Amino acid sequence: MSIFIDKSTTVIVQGITGRDGSFHTQQMIEYGTKIVGGVTPGKGGQTFGGSVPIFNSVHDAVRATNANTSVIYVPPMFAADAMMEAADAGIRFIVCITEGVPVLDMTRVHPFVREKGARLLGPNCPGLITPGESKVGIIPGRICAPGNIGVVSRSGTLTYEVVYQLTRAGMGQSTCVGIGGDPINGTSFIDCLAAFEKDPDTHAVAMMGEIGGSDEQEAAEFVAKHMTKPVVGFIAGQTAPPGRRMGHAGAIISGSAGTAAEKIEAFEKAGIGVARRPMDFVELLKARM
Amino acid sequence: MNIHEYQAKDLLRAEGVPIPAGDVATTPEQAEAIAQRLGGMVVVKAQVHAGGRGKAGGVKLAKTPAEARLLAAKILGMQIKGLTVHKVLVTAASDIASEAYVGIILDRATRKPVFMVSRAGGIDIEEVAATTPEKILKLPIDTRFGLQAYQANELGFFLFDDIKKVRAAAKIMTQLYAAFMRNGASLAEINPLVVTPAGDVVALDAKISIDDNELDRHPELEALRDETAEEPSEVEARNAHLTFIKLEGDVGCVVNGAGLAMATMDLVKYYGGEPANFLDIGGSSNPEKVVSALRIITEDPSVKAILFNIFGGITRTDDVANGIVTATKANPLRIPLVIRLTGTNEELAMKILHDNGFTASSDMDEAVKQAVALAHGGKAA
Repeated sequence: MSIFIDKSTTVIVQGITGRDGSFHTQQMIEYGTKIVGGVTPGKGGQTFGGSVPIFNSVHDAVRATNANTSVIYVPPMFAADAMMEAADAGIRFIVCITEGVPVLDMTRVHPFVREKGARLLGPNCPGLITPGESKVGIIPGRICAPGNIGVVSRSGTLTYEVVYQLTRAGMGQSTCVGIGGDPINGTSFIDCLAAFEKDPDTHAVAMMGEIGGSDEQEAAEFVAKHMTKPVVGFIAGQTAPPGRRMGHAGAIISGSAGTAAEKIEAFEKAGIGVARRPMDFVELLKARM
Repeated sequence: MNIHEYQAKDLLRAEGVPIPAGDVATTPEQAEAIAQRLGGMVVVKAQVHAGGRGKAGGVKLAKTPAEARLLAAKILGMQIKGLTVHKVLVTAASDIASEAYVGIILDRATRKPVFMVSRAGGIDIEEVAATTPEKILKLPIDTRFGLQAYQANELGFFLFDDIKKVRAAAKIMTQLYAAFMRNGASLAEINPLVVTPAGDVVALDAKISIDDNELDRHPELEALRDETAEEPSEVEARNAHLTFIKLEGDVGCVVNGAGLAMATMDLVKYYGGEPANFLDIGGSSNPEKVVSALRIITEDPSVKAILFNIFGGITRTDDVANGIVTATKANPLRIPLVIRLTGTNEELAMKILHDNGFTASSDMDEAVKQAVALAHGGKAA
């Protein structure tokens, strides 16, 4: 078991002929992901790598392939449209990798996707991977191993760092999810925690948050009230100055709100093990399992 | 991206918001000429990306054009929160009967723009929100439908009792919302929104922040960027497509990915050091980016050691290694360099570095400890 994706997940790639889209499509196919089609308007009828059919629209792709999941690599100014098109075409799970999507676009996309009954992951996220079964997005497959740790994070490379250390310590993962670094995103920490709590193959959760907003505090409250499985957390940005956007659009301390100290305190109050360094995850998780 | 008060006022004026006449000056003589043209009393206001300009002495009332010139001469060149004043806004002075606060922020919790209005104007709204939240009305707006007339009225009635002022305020709400949406703002505020003794409702001060992600489709807003109001190293980094924030410490950090960059800085602090900067070289790091990164970091004389922390997922570590070799050949380093690389093409990267006389580690903790020790004048562990 796993959350959100497994070996039966059928995926189309929006922006499959672009530089990033084609590179990562190849990587996903090599990992074993069922890529059933791609979308690039104007290139319908062609194929990717000789075997993956390309369509002019998501509607065409869904009609022909019955895909349930889409991954988006289109440029930022077209990403909102791509997300809405996927939801409108009946895609159930939309993963938007694109970085730099205007936040005001997301204020329209978010309610639209929700009303269509779809789940959105991202934007500005590395996607997710269920080791040994499927990966949707850009997380490098070789650093992961199948197992029982659920991983959820706002970051990309920091997640790779922690996952790599877990794998080297013999602690495989059920699913690793990157929810993305933007202020408005589709899937929250709480959505992932709730799914991990229900997943029988997830025995503990590693959570990587960062400064900005209050998602981690709300997640901590959720853990205290609803989680029976152990959770270990880390907050990046303890040395970040207030008022500055630390790379991620969402990683900004506004006034005195959204600091690392405030989030770590919320973790401690909720009984979440606090990793002071990325390397602390292994020991803290072992001690709790 | 932050823009100046005078630029924010121009954007609001374009939507019809009533704002006292004014113009921007870069010399005392220009300030005098503007005051002459406006007639009557004027306010001379420092244009910097910082709050608390009044308290810092950057906002002064002038009775005559000659006084406006003298005040402008004092304010131009002044330092406010570490920023040099290069421009002043000279604007007609208004008499004030009462002050209110009106703002829109992009709210993460509701995932919507949220209006915040309060009769407690002219002061720090965060403080009002923390101490007397009942004095603020918060109203989230669904951007698919926009601000409705009844919502604008509700906001107006929260601020005023007199129906004429309510209507004037409601109209300003609609105009402020239009400016917010049209310019891809993440924040737009009028503070204070004042009522004059004659009963007119006007915007005396304005602040707008633009979502950086909007700039590609708003070249006219990118043109408002004032590079003289920013840290020169940050301007250079942006032009090299790097995300860089200068800090006060002595360990220069070059990292791929924002989360790992923050975690690296935190680890520097954990081991007793102070990071000199945040720097994310991004996902697909071509060697030129590494060259720019090293140049920007070594320009800061307080940096005593440089730490590379690269986790190669998408990033090819051999690209980074080549960048390090190229950069240090062109400009030999005078301070120690600690390299941590792991992931994609790690063996190739290690070979490139070794062949060029560098050593590298694959362990993040060891590398950070070593960089901190070297910055403090110690020897490599």
